[in-house]
Amino acid sequence: MAQKKQKYDRQLRIWGEHGQEALENAKVCLLNCGPTGSEALKNLVLGGIGSFTIVDGKKVEPSDLGNNFLLDHDSLGSSRAKTATSLLQELNDTVDAQFVEESPEALLNSNPGFFGDFTLVIATQLTESALLKLDKICREHSVTLLVARSYGLAGLVRISTEEHTVIESKPDSAVEDLRFHCPWPALTEYAADFDIDTKDPLTHKHIPYGIILLKVTEEWKASHDGKLPANSKERAEFKEAIKARTNPLEEEENYKEALAAAFKVWSPPSISSELRTVLDDRAAETLDAKSPVFWILVAALNAFVKGEGAGELPLEGSIPDMTSFTESYVGLQRVYQEKALSDAAAVEGHVRRLLKKLGREPASISPPTVKHFCKNARNLRVLRYRPLAEEYGAVGNKKGELQSLLGSEDNSHAALYLLLRGADHFAATYNRFPGVFDSELEEDVSRLKAVAGGLLNEGGSGAALPDDYVTEVCRFGAGHQADHEAVCTTVGNVPLQRDGILIGCAKPLTIVDAPLFGETPRESKRNALNFMLGRKRNVACVSHENERDSLEMSDASLRSHLSEVFPGRRRD
Amino acid sequence: MGAMDTGNMEGRWRDLDYLLLRQGNIVGPGFEPAPEIRDFLQDDFKVLVIGAGGLGCELLKDLALSGFGHIDVIDMDTIDVSNLNRQFLFRMHDVGKPKATVAAERVMKRVKGVTVIPHHCRIEEKPDEFYKDFHIIVLGLDSLEARSYINSVVCSFLEYDADGTLDMSTIKPMVDGGTEGFKGHARVILPGVTPCFHCTLWLFPPQTTFPLCTLAETPRSPAHCIEYAHLIQWGQERTSETFDADNPEHMKWMYEQALKRAEQFNISGVTYSLTQGVVKNIIPAIASTNAIIAASCSLEALKIATMCSSGMDNYMMYVGTQGVYTHTVSYEKDMSCIVCSLGVPVHADADSTLDQFMKQLIADDRFSGKLSKPSVSHLGENLYMAAPPILEEMTRENLSKSLVELLGEKGGTVNVNDKKLAGVLRVQVAFSDAASEPNAMDTAGAG
Ligand SMILES: [Zn+2]
Repeated sequence: MAQKKQKYDRQLRIWGEHGQEALENAKVCLLNCGPTGSEALKNLVLGGIGSFTIVDGKKVEPSDLGNNFLLDHDSLGSSRAKTATSLLQELNDTVDAQFVEESPEALLNSNPGFFGDFTLVIATQLTESALLKLDKICREHSVTLLVARSYGLAGLVRISTEEHTVIESKPDSAVEDLRFHCPWPALTEYAADFDIDTKDPLTHKHIPYGIILLKVTEEWKASHDGKLPANSKERAEFKEAIKARTNPLEEEENYKEALAAAFKVWSPPSISSELRTVLDDRAAETLDAKSPVFWILVAALNAFVKGEGAGELPLEGSIPDMTSFTESYVGLQRVYQEKALSDAAAVEGHVRRLLKKLGREPASISPPTVKHFCKNARNLRVLRYRPLAEEYGAVGNKKGELQSLLGSEDNSHAALYLLLRGADHFAATYNRFPGVFDSELEEDVSRLKAVAGGLLNEGGSGAALPDDYVTEVCRFGAGHQADHEAVCTTVGNVPLQRDGILIGCAKPLTIVDAPLFGETPRESKRNALNFMLGRKRNVACVSHENERDSLEMSDASLRSHLSEVFPGRRRD
Repeated sequence: MGAMDTGNMEGRWRDLDYLLLRQGNIVGPGFEPAPEIRDFLQDDFKVLVIGAGGLGCELLKDLALSGFGHIDVIDMDTIDVSNLNRQFLFRMHDVGKPKATVAAERVMKRVKGVTVIPHHCRIEEKPDEFYKDFHIIVLGLDSLEARSYINSVVCSFLEYDADGTLDMSTIKPMVDGGTEGFKGHARVILPGVTPCFHCTLWLFPPQTTFPLCTLAETPRSPAHCIEYAHLIQWGQERTSETFDADNPEHMKWMYEQALKRAEQFNISGVTYSLTQGVVKNIIPAIASTNAIIAASCSLEALKIATMCSSGMDNYMMYVGTQGVYTHTVSYEKDMSCIVCSLGVPVHADADSTLDQFMKQLIADDRFSGKLSKPSVSHLGENLYMAAPPILEEMTRENLSKSLVELLGEKGGTVNVNDKKLAGVLRVQVAFSDAASEPNAMDTAGAG
């Protein structure tokens, strides 16, 4: 046990016990253990998932030894699934390891129910027709599907799941909820014990800045009809009132901190629009006997905000460090923590009431669960992804949007998206991927252009597709396996980063946008990632439209310098 | 070499060959597809990986599977249990063994044909010449100090001629990766051309430190109590011992003292894990972030070596905390960088001797306290070496020679080394009586 803690120490520091527990309960199914799949599984096994099952019907070939670390020379000719399973097992013997020697496509036809048993299915290097079937099965069984496709120096990642909810989203910077603008009675009472005009210089420079701000705010309100500083002139006056209290003979850190934090008085954290959307979600309004715990908690939270909270969320309860005497700080900390506890108790009351109303056991959601939920209330996340069938069908309907993206200066994502999908359609028509044969390379360029263009516009020529990318995708000559280990490593790992899927805690998975699909009412707009390694910006993935401009840059100067760094080196 | 030796059986490198044997439109400068490129990569190209930890393990695997045939790896550490959640080349029974050695063995065993030479030592223990021997250096490090050291070594290879033009053959490309939790970066450094570490020092956030009086008098957080035990109590109570963070007894003592202090001040939250985190300044790490960053670095190394695809310019940040976000920035070189630039302009009399010139440098306010017994070189030639004695003796006669004799009519850039300097100090010498003034800005190599 102690050793396990030690072994996972560096990751526990990120996702904590809850995250680790979720990971250890995860049952993962990998389809195809080429380099992309092997990489994905390798890092999940290292992290300590509960079990994995590899589905792969191929034998180890020489080309596997040029890109797959989980297949070795001695295994040439034997089963890929079996070899990778045993080499993965070496990495972590606490993980339960299984394999099935069958192609995923065949298994999809012969035993579709097989996929319903997992927490997560990672589908690598599958083409569209197989993915459509798989997505349907996974949704029927509430299994999350990750689609990862490496293609030469390019790749595409997609997540598909009906709904993914995250409580512990672990934001980078915590929002400080200090309530200077509306202190509760116990806080006002605690502040009353301090004299911010004390003549003792040592005491004066050790009053926590929170107390200073509470006191000055109280005075301000008393002289301004109970209102807070409302404009920049008043805010400057407020700060002057703080400065006027400082002792000119001393370096007073606490007053400096008070000035720096004064803005918190007039701009306390509000309920973000994202959280507002969660609170107002239909799932919380239409609870029934089978509603997930998450939505009952959201409904209780909403009831608290509208009731006892008077518009505020339950207090989170932690406070930042403040220069002060230990006991003043610890005392202040306690006042905040007590309030957080009483808020959580109020939410718990709502939970019990709701459970009872739904005919469920009122104690079925434990007090620690409610407390944990309240502590993370500000950062709840709900992610919904549209079915693949909808995405694949949508392209035709969104051709105008895609056309205009292709016409824009930064068209790499739209182009690669269409070309990678085009390659699948190409394969369906020609029974092979574009660029596999040197002799047909040139013809394949125009064929692929036509096929990908056809996705955009029935009978279209693909004229809008940039030639550089069409040529590049054909150059990759990528079939089901033509992969570069490093690219596969990226493609295989990008989806793992996205939390919650396995470690229910952590970071919500909002991979890119395919802005092509725009927003639909029932899904997160960011639902696919395609990128190309080898382009000037290396991994280019879009995450917010407004950041796209800044991604543009020139690599011309670097190119010219590199040619000088290695002049004629290639003929060495 | 036969196919059995290198593992080059038919079709093994098919996917790499698609890139190396076919022309493309998005490729590096001067790329001409040819089978010799793979031969060069496998037979002649030498890459050094610094660090065999989370990034290093991934880098070795990626580089070996990208077709690099000769890899060296250097790391001073031994394997710890807490490495096993991501450093996949190591097993439980390897704990305590040198990382570099075990990593090299495992990669060679799994990837037939690759040669990985381990170096279990500190990077400072190797002479500068060691680093000169590689075509490219890939860094998988976790400290700014180590990066700065290697940066100064690699930048000291740079030579500028009298016109201030960089000799491109003296550039040693570096690819650097770094990760912390869900975040990371990959960058390409062409010293003298793109910014070096020193040019962009601000990218590294300052470490948090606590005022000593807070630790001693008014602790408020668990970290305050831990740092008190670490920075103050140990020195007071265990005067004769050096604290070793890897010694479990030492760490336990630290935790117990911190806990006592926290109880005394009514502070909650001191745990063993937090104590370790604060004292060892532990950076959280997971396998997949390392894998992503290392993959990017390896790909850049492949691109620099083969030009088979256009390269990164020049810094990619990766954020996986909410969704997946990357952003690549083309940072600019600091033209007055003391490590990689043409040099700090210094006016000197053309007739003054090297000895007089060195005294002038020591007296120069800009380098105050940084020079005591400097050594000076110019265009790769030692003009004066303060140590070792044998070199000192060989170069001593230059002390009485004039600068114009040593540097030529136009002056030029000299590299100054001194024990007190963190790296090399580059000085651009212009003669006071010369017609033109030194101008570091318009002739530097990055133009
Ligand atoms: Zn520099």
